Amino acid sequence: MHDSGSEYRHCVAAGSAFFPLAFGGMPDMAMAAEAAPLNYFLHSDGPASLPTMHLGWVFTAVVVAVLAIIALLLAGALFRKRTLAAPRTVGRENEGMRWIYIGTGLSTAALFALAVYMLITLDKVAQPTQTPALAVTVTAYDWWWKVEYDDDDPSRRFVTANEIHIPVGRPVRVRLQSADVIHAFWAPRLAGKTQMIPGLQNRQWLQADAEGIYRGQCVQFCGLQHAHMGFEIVAQSPVAFQAWQDAQRKAAAPASEPDAAAGRKFFIEQCAGCHSVRGTDAGGKHAPDLTHLNSRRMLAAGLLTNTAEHRIEWITRVQALKPGARMPAFALTPGETAALSAFLSTLD
Amino acid sequence: MKDAVETPPDRTLARIPEVGSAPIGSDAERYLSELWESPPGWRGWLSTVDHKEIGLRYLVTSFIFLLIGGVEALIMRVQLAGPDRHLLTPEQYNQLFTMHGITMIFLYALPVLSGFSNYLWPLMLGSRDMAFPRLNALSYWLFLFAGLFLYASFPLGEGANAGWFNYVPLSGPEYNTGPNIDVYALGMVLLGISTTVGAVNFIVTLFRMRAPGMSIDKVPILVWGTLTASVANLFAVPSVSLAFFLLWLDRQNGTHFFDPLNGGKPMLWQHLFWMFGHPWVYVIVLPAMGIVSDALPTFCRRPLVGYAAVALSTMATMLLGFGVWIHHMFATGLPALAISFFGATSLAISIPSAVAVFAWIATIWLGRPVFQTPFLFFAGFVLLFVIGGLSGVMTAAVPLDLQLNDTYFVVAHLHYVLLGINVFPVIGGVYYWFPKFCGRMMNETWGKWSFWVLFIGFNLGFFPMHVAGLLGMPRRIYTYAPNMGWNTVNLITSIGSFVFAAGVLIFLANIAVSLKRGALAPQNPWDAPTLEWAVPSPPPPYNFAVIPLIASRHPLWEDRLDAAEGRSNLQTGYLLMDGRETLGTTALDAVPDVILKMPDDTYAPFFLALFSSLGFAGLLLDWNRFTFLMTAAAGLSLVAWMWPRQKLVQRVPGVSRVTEAGRG
Repeated sequence: MHDSGSEYRHCVAAGSAFFPLAFGGMPDMAMAAEAAPLNYFLHSDGPASLPTMHLGWVFTAVVVAVLAIIALLLAGALFRKRTLAAPRTVGRENEGMRWIYIGTGLSTAALFALAVYMLITLDKVAQPTQTPALAVTVTAYDWWWKVEYDDDDPSRRFVTANEIHIPVGRPVRVRLQSADVIHAFWAPRLAGKTQMIPGLQNRQWLQADAEGIYRGQCVQFCGLQHAHMGFEIVAQSPVAFQAWQDAQRKAAAPASEPDAAAGRKFFIEQCAGCHSVRGTDAGGKHAPDLTHLNSRRMLAAGLLTNTAEHRIEWITRVQALKPGARMPAFALTPGETAALSAFLSTLD
Repeated sequence: MKDAVETPPDRTLARIPEVGSAPIGSDAERYLSELWESPPGWRGWLSTVDHKEIGLRYLVTSFIFLLIGGVEALIMRVQLAGPDRHLLTPEQYNQLFTMHGITMIFLYALPVLSGFSNYLWPLMLGSRDMAFPRLNALSYWLFLFAGLFLYASFPLGEGANAGWFNYVPLSGPEYNTGPNIDVYALGMVLLGISTTVGAVNFIVTLFRMRAPGMSIDKVPILVWGTLTASVANLFAVPSVSLAFFLLWLDRQNGTHFFDPLNGGKPMLWQHLFWMFGHPWVYVIVLPAMGIVSDALPTFCRRPLVGYAAVALSTMATMLLGFGVWIHHMFATGLPALAISFFGATSLAISIPSAVAVFAWIATIWLGRPVFQTPFLFFAGFVLLFVIGGLSGVMTAAVPLDLQLNDTYFVVAHLHYVLLGINVFPVIGGVYYWFPKFCGRMMNETWGKWSFWVLFIGFNLGFFPMHVAGLLGMPRRIYTYAPNMGWNTVNLITSIGSFVFAAGVLIFLANIAVSLKRGALAPQNPWDAPTLEWAVPSPPPPYNFAVIPLIASRHPLWEDRLDAAEGRSNLQTGYLLMDGRETLGTTALDAVPDVILKMPDDTYAPFFLALFSSLGFAGLLLDWNRFTFLMTAAAGLSLVAWMWPRQKLVQRVPGVSRVTEAGRG
């Protein structure tokens, strides 16, 4: 049944189709040109991630080269010209071992070099070279982030949520813990990820070399709203960072305007069980601290931009926007809407 | 004709078996058929212990699970085809991806390989059945019932929903109050029993059931792969069974193994799970690599290059595979020094894989490839294997993995490994052995179409996932915002997944049509070298009319290989027809050692599996009295199973030394 001539034709016919397909799935790097805030492969903005990005490039280059070599060998093996032989003959058993010796030898050498490079890189990114400028404690909750700025002086400590400000060009120590299930803290353009495991405190460090806003994301499956658990890191000049810290340490300004005062009353009645606003009676600990809500760019752990409309939309439609979130949706009368909106606008 | 076995049968045999031949149609052959045939109808269906029947059931059942898992994947791909889509609620999505993982990894990937091994081992090894035929039936029934158990709550909207690796405390009593995780935990313990008894059966079969002369260096690579996987299972499965049992105790009995508020350790779960989980990866790929190592040479018209190297690399992979579980846990905050060892080991594990890859390429290079459908799958597999292996090298680099981990890059990697190294060889294997299974050839034209559609769909669907991962897309998110840069890659992935599904449909249609109308298959349609092709297609119930005498790795190519090897004898050999009998041989050299009395068909395994599974259902539902009753019933089934029978006595005292010398 095996006529060699027809086999050969098979080879040719299959060959014309096989070759392009072997590479049919190669990535179109142009796609990366879309704005992709978590793209760590082409962008790194600090010394905790830069060596890793270079490592990624080298590994990718080696891997693509190996793939190309193997694909060529395979194609050559499949389609090389062969002398005609009687159809029933079979090859000898004990030949071809050189393929294995050479192939495995070269692979081992390459892997050894990669391993050494990997260990050097690990050493570079494991610890900062200078002492961190500050320590931030981030606690993950279902599905948001509490951010605590420590200070030796207790009166200078403060709490915020979902937005971490850091001074540019200085290493920052981040202590990571969880209030419920396992989450993972990941700001890929600044550093690799670390899990936040209940009962443990993990640590990592990061540093931003340029001012800007860096997106972060929970990257360990943590339940219903794992998809909507983002955060932002805002890297500022030391002066701006100092100003931001000073502003955050203040309590909320008193709401003098009547609408805002009514809104504050509503807030303390309805929201204070979970939320805190320093300087008011709202002292809840289960949900983001809202003292300086309007200083933040985003709402709901990166889901919505922080505008007056979005704030009300969030309060009234939270379960539609983020189903399963721990916050219940509130049905507000127009009067309550106006009052609450006015109060929230005072939280600068 | 030179006899393969020079030594006379061991003196300890109960009697010196008659040597002869039993050609098809002879009286002896008809008598053997009667002895080994299962009764017709439902009685035979529930009571058969024939490894071929059980193997086919494994294959069909696991393929049905593959289709269910595939449909789950397609639904998820519709949801993810574009940003902010709301086809599924988050809870539905979480259950879908969890059940997809459980289904593919536990209910498809290993059982399908067990199906091949169950069907093929005795045929490849020259035996009439597995070592423990009733245990074999038990392992199938337990697998089926565990699969049904794991799916029982899914139609009610209460399926497992914490991901297949089910991290605590998300899967613990506090954050998962429904029955979802209890079903998963108990189902996994039940499935673990099936896997364990199956593994024991494979190991004993290999060491005791080979045809005389088939020394350990002459077994097919598939046998090495399944042996290695089975030994690994004996070490790995207890870890996961324990983990799930402790979790169930935490959930239902107030223990605190994983509860951080009471001194429990969530990290304990990760260690226990991955000490199992990583070896499991090799459990579900090594036998599939064995399929390729055995079947690829048939289409290259030459023996595999580097048999010993490939067999050793199989075992080396597994040994290293037990030392790399931490690479799933690089991001847990373990010290850099500790994880650097595991990163280096994870790189080193590519070395045995390189051995196999170069052996396959050399086999093709030095051979004369015949481009039939199975060959396309095996050649395509080599490329996919390399891609999956290389992306694995990237994830082994610790700092890089701290970026790649839990992104779509890992999803891409694991699908290249599991589809590339499991599904492609499996489908190729079905095309290859279908004639043996069913006695009919599959259609070549449809076969080639199915390969190309599957191959294109696979790469179109899964390659862009690497890019999505490099663009930062996390795993297990039910939706994503339009401004993340992931829209295009996800659309391509979704299209690719449907192309792949179309390929599966072509394959299934080919099976359906070929079952009815395929050309009748001869004994050895591919001119293959191994023993399973020496029996009719499909094989008779007794497999081998006479136990063959084996002298080489390629009994059917001996007249053509110019190596000065001995000649196997497949026509005359031990007849062994005093009841269901086969030959037990020594572990390494395969010298005849004992005449094995094989058990008849029996309902005991079915009932033992049924009552055990119902007992687990009782535990799930907290029906204590019911659980107790079912345990008692399972015990009775065991008594029936173990009841001593005169005709199963292996050695009759006083009779063994009567005959003086063998005839050999």
